[in-house]
Amino acid sequence: MLRKIRICLQVVMMTLVTLLLLGIGFRVHLWAGWVAKIQLIPAILAVSLVVLILILCCTAFFGRIYCSVVCPLGIMQDIFSWLGGKFKKNRFSYAKEKKILRYVVCVLFFLAMIIGFAPVTTLIEPYSAYSRIVNSLFKPLYDLLNNWLAGLDAANDRYNFTEVQIWTRSVTTFVVAIATLVLLGALAIWKGRLYCNTICPAGTLLGSISRVIKEGCRVRFDKDKCKQCGMCEKNCKAQAIDFKNGTVDYSRCVVCGDCLDKCKFDALHYTAKRPAKEPKPVDTERRAFLVGAAVAGTTAAMAQTQMKVDGGLAVIEDKKAPKRQTAITPPGSVSARHMQKHCTACQLCVSSCPNNVLRPSTDLMHFMQPTMSFERGYCRPECTRCSEVCPTGAIKPITREEKTLQHVGHAVWIKENCVVLTDGVSCGNCARHCPTGAIQMVDYEGKKVPAVDENKCIGCGACESLCPARPFSAIYVEGNISHHIG
Amino acid sequence: MGGAAVATSVVLSACKNNDESPIIAKNVIDGQGEMTYRINHNTGDKVSLLGYGMMRLPVEAGGTLWDNPTSPIDQELINQEIDYALEHGVNYFDTSPVYCKGQSEHATGIALARHPRNSYYIATKLSNFSPSTWATEPSKAMFEKSLKELQTDYIDYLLLHSIGGESKELGSMEMFNARFMDNGILDWLVEQKKAGRIRNLGFSFHGDPKVFDTMLQWHDEGRYHWDFVQIQMNYVDWNYAHRIEAENVNASYLYEELHKRNIPVVIMEPLLGGRLASLPDYIVKQMKEREPETPVARWAFRYAGTPEGILTVLSGMTYMEHLVQNVETYSPLRPITPEEDEFLMKVAEEFVELKTVPCTACNYCMPCPYGLNIPVIFSYYNKCVTEGKMPAGCHEAREHQEARKRFLIGYDRNVPSLRQASHCIGCDQCVEHCPQKINIPEELHRIDDYVESLKQM
Repeated sequence: MLRKIRICLQVVMMTLVTLLLLGIGFRVHLWAGWVAKIQLIPAILAVSLVVLILILCCTAFFGRIYCSVVCPLGIMQDIFSWLGGKFKKNRFSYAKEKKILRYVVCVLFFLAMIIGFAPVTTLIEPYSAYSRIVNSLFKPLYDLLNNWLAGLDAANDRYNFTEVQIWTRSVTTFVVAIATLVLLGALAIWKGRLYCNTICPAGTLLGSISRVIKEGCRVRFDKDKCKQCGMCEKNCKAQAIDFKNGTVDYSRCVVCGDCLDKCKFDALHYTAKRPAKEPKPVDTERRAFLVGAAVAGTTAAMAQTQMKVDGGLAVIEDKKAPKRQTAITPPGSVSARHMQKHCTACQLCVSSCPNNVLRPSTDLMHFMQPTMSFERGYCRPECTRCSEVCPTGAIKPITREEKTLQHVGHAVWIKENCVVLTDGVSCGNCARHCPTGAIQMVDYEGKKVPAVDENKCIGCGACESLCPARPFSAIYVEGNISHHIG
Repeated sequence: MGGAAVATSVVLSACKNNDESPIIAKNVIDGQGEMTYRINHNTGDKVSLLGYGMMRLPVEAGGTLWDNPTSPIDQELINQEIDYALEHGVNYFDTSPVYCKGQSEHATGIALARHPRNSYYIATKLSNFSPSTWATEPSKAMFEKSLKELQTDYIDYLLLHSIGGESKELGSMEMFNARFMDNGILDWLVEQKKAGRIRNLGFSFHGDPKVFDTMLQWHDEGRYHWDFVQIQMNYVDWNYAHRIEAENVNASYLYEELHKRNIPVVIMEPLLGGRLASLPDYIVKQMKEREPETPVARWAFRYAGTPEGILTVLSGMTYMEHLVQNVETYSPLRPITPEEDEFLMKVAEEFVELKTVPCTACNYCMPCPYGLNIPVIFSYYNKCVTEGKMPAGCHEAREHQEARKRFLIGYDRNVPSLRQASHCIGCDQCVEHCPQKINIPEELHRIDDYVESLKQM
């Protein structure tokens, strides 16, 4: 019973998280956005007291159900583990807790979080690890489907799906995502919830609570009924059951309920004086390989299409990102420092950005955290999507009005690239599209050239994106280390 | 392939069942007799009222070169169309060295050479637009090449192509002089006419009426004789060309001036670049209430063919179905009655009120050096306006929201974002190429502002 409830909840949660991360439209962030906001580490970063109290209380009362039904990375491992079980039954056995490793990693993690050392926090944090997998591997596939539907829509004069660009925003993140999937998949098949019970800081934190407050509902042995068959231990993917001694390590038990189902003698009970739990499966590994291949194929096809020329139209050279002294972080993220400390690089903002502006950073200190660039679009004045979806408060919620007051960067004119001077044409496209009127065309060497009022510029990138100079724009945005407000 | 197959069946059925062609069986008003002909009093030519414009030739991949720029011309379909045209009395074929990226004359030549030379009239042009062709030799070479491509040793109707244009550097008269006078080409063409290599010499006109007036003045003075003149005329341009674009002159003026001098008039753009074939529902309704079975475009063709002195009305026909329909329209012409004329003037007024961009999709502005797809941006915008799909027309909030979404998504579908109006920098390089005198950058900026306002809503 416990197992069935757990599996049902897992299916629901996994579906919601995945749909949200895929950015399926249909205002998904409004009805599924909450699943990202109840994730433990993001909630800590966002200081969401209500969420934190809820998770902690639940853990105290019911054990680590969070790890079973809320954490998408946990559910993903359960899927792999279930698959592994198809080939080899009863394969687990009790192992001693790696206590020192656990707590050292946990302490290091929170230390890195406090000082804002992104490479550690972003790599280990479970929710972000999963969301990166979806974003890098599954989203391109979904986008293919979406574009196919959009094509059908267009042919039938319907307007439900709109075509999106499919492109790899960061090779590093893509590689990290594949590595995470392969590593955790293999680990889950081999040793079940080993990652959750040795590396994961959320697991360690909640495990401690579950261990210390053991008066709540836990899986408990009824020693009178136990026939010492060992089926419970052999099926405990947390490797937490020691049937010989009749004990369950509550710091590692994720309340999956598998042991309860396996026990033929009704010797295990989930009561205010007992323990249990397990995961659930789908063919994820194979899919992942397919995804990887599909992504690679898509990118190649895209490059070809872009190079194709049709006679009546001028060829448009792709824009290249300029080397920015300071990376630009989205409005609402306060400063590079704030971003660094709060972001777990879950990529939800990246996949939600409708203007193709956000992408993961490759800079080590901001590893995979979002950064802005304007080769494919600019940060449109009416859009506050990233601030709406961010679960960690790295990008704080802002309104459209507030957004126009957040100076995330400032535009810089590169005289050498400006078509007014290089091609001798009149232009002014940057000035015409500046949403704050920060750019004026002024007389200079007998030509009208753009001049930026640094005070008015908010760094949205409209000028850079719409500048006719290619591949490098003649006007580009430099980030502000901390956003200027007002 | 598919297009060719359909066309074949049309030809066959039309050949076999001349009396009860399945294509036109339903229509009992038009297409019941022979093609209407007009006599060119200069040469005695008996010219069909329908002239075949060879500007929008079909390509193998479907549509025209504008739809599939790299596709080869569909010579097989063109041959079938020209066969059908000749068989049904069409005998005037109008091409130019620049049409279809320079392939029109060649394709026309292939198709026509399969028929006796005296069974049709060829019109082509001296299209020396590019300054590199302004010198005497390149211009002469252009004419010689036309003869070669068209596989003939004489041109029935030769036009100075699109006079009246101007550029940033040159005014309209200066431009004319540079193209035809300074290099002695006009005098050379007059010689060619005397030598019998040109049977009728005329010009096509777009733009500055000063040039038009000067030409007629020369004609009056006997300096040059114009055997015919080609002008843009349709029921909208008749009275409203000037209102649509202040620099343009009404077709009524052009026609009257020519008619009183007894100069035969060739009509181009009778459909205003196809736009008079796709009208807003409320206008279509009025037309269909009068004649439910008459195609919308037919009103425009009847209008263009009605005035006295019209030699032929050109239609750039891509598809066999258009050809069949147009042949029907003029077999014979049912002249517009004064009452119908009044009705069409009312329609014209309503059309002008729509505030569309007067683009005929001639593509002379292309390629835009900054990658924009100018004609498609305009045609999408115009389509939304004429179909009443602009969000501004919706009063209810939900309806407005829906229309806004459709407009923006449709915009992205029709024009890739890199080729949208937001990328127009206003370099003005397109402006001098527009025969309709549209201030293209201004219109693009207007559309862009509109799109931007919708996005920010």
